[in-house]
Amino acid sequence: MADTSVKDPQVKKAEPLFGKAERKLLVDPLNDNNPITVQVLGICSALAVTSLVYPSVVMAVSVIFVTAFANLFTSILRNYIPKQVRMIVQLVIIASLVTMVELTLRYLNYPIYKQLSVYIGLIITNCIVMGRLEAFAMANKPWRSFIDGIGNGLGYGVILIMVGIVREIFGKGSLFAGSPIELKIIGATDAYMIDTTQSVLFGWYANNNLMVLPAAAMFLIGIFIWIQRSYNQKLVDVS
Amino acid sequence: MEFLNVFIKAAFIENLVLAYFLGMCSYLAVSKTVKTAFGLGLAVIFVLGITMPINWLISEYLLSENGLLGIDLTFLRFILFIAVIASMVQLVEMVVEKFSPGLYAALGIFLPLITVNCAILGGSLFMVSREYNLTESVAFGLGGGFGWFLAIIAIAAIREKIRYSNVPPALRGLGMAFILTGLMGIAFMSLMGIDPAVFTAAK
Repeated sequence: MADTSVKDPQVKKAEPLFGKAERKLLVDPLNDNNPITVQVLGICSALAVTSLVYPSVVMAVSVIFVTAFANLFTSILRNYIPKQVRMIVQLVIIASLVTMVELTLRYLNYPIYKQLSVYIGLIITNCIVMGRLEAFAMANKPWRSFIDGIGNGLGYGVILIMVGIVREIFGKGSLFAGSPIELKIIGATDAYMIDTTQSVLFGWYANNNLMVLPAAAMFLIGIFIWIQRSYNQKLVDVS
Repeated sequence: MEFLNVFIKAAFIENLVLAYFLGMCSYLAVSKTVKTAFGLGLAVIFVLGITMPINWLISEYLLSENGLLGIDLTFLRFILFIAVIASMVQLVEMVVEKFSPGLYAALGIFLPLITVNCAILGGSLFMVSREYNLTESVAFGLGGGFGWFLAIIAIAAIREKIRYSNVPPALRGLGMAFILTGLMGIAFMSLMGIDPAVFTAAK
């Protein structure tokens, strides 16, 4: 709930456009209706990029952009799309947006583009985008759909970045590696904040290679779900 | 013999689900019972095996600079690939419905779901980025589909059994499925040491 206070200035500025319902659309996906841990959407392209924080952030931003604008355009066109071909129309909208993201990223930051490789393209089949188009944008007005897209993209991004932070600190001992604000936290040279060869307290520490493996992302999300559901009893799976 | 090589690599060593997390949504959503998992797995093998060579032909002869049009159209790749996949799924659905109503009833709603299965598009994109040729891309399609099939059958069987165990309530269902997939991923990593050339060298 801490981040709602940060968003308050925006809320006041756009009072008629941004009421209670809109705020709910934005905040709900962060916890109660999180796309990854509750709706189980969009895990496909997410987990493989989270071994470092910086690619996760890039991925999250790309997904927020695509969900928001795909929702907006689909919602604008919703009354003109015949029901039988709606999947193809939606896919074309998403694919064009993703192509834009891909080309922009290739121009702006080629190393990250190489690192994310096919996963940028896989935003097309990211179930979050498709799922929100089907469930929300086809039945709601453009502005609300846009907010819903941003909210769901954020909910996805938050999980992605949380997994990324845990995996990078414990796997590599750094934070934001590859970005301009790289932090070296713990490691075996004096370039790191905690130098394990010098430090008395952390002399035993070594990077956990399990965290670099893709499987660690599965464990972490499993644990996040466990924590979230222990606090939020109504999400518990009864079956 | 690179057919067998690529097949084994795609099915076991670089399993689409357990090493790349592709097709995770349907993998988690449809793995509650073995029976439905079986149907979806078959459909995935089918569609991957068909779309992969078609997408290969498209990217080789239509989109590349040395292709028939002579212009570099690679920026259209996503749109064309997803269009091929969506229309192939539709076509497969109609053909199966016409010629084999039994199989159609078994696959049911899973066929249209496959359009948004990341494993299919991911397979095509991997094929492009790894520069496979036509035979290799068929092998990669079938092998990748088979690997996906194996993974979903395995998790479905485990989830059927784990229902009788005493899992903490908050971890039940989804949380457990994630952790199981992680464990399976680690188990599959032990296959990484296999050199696929071993299978072909003897010939």
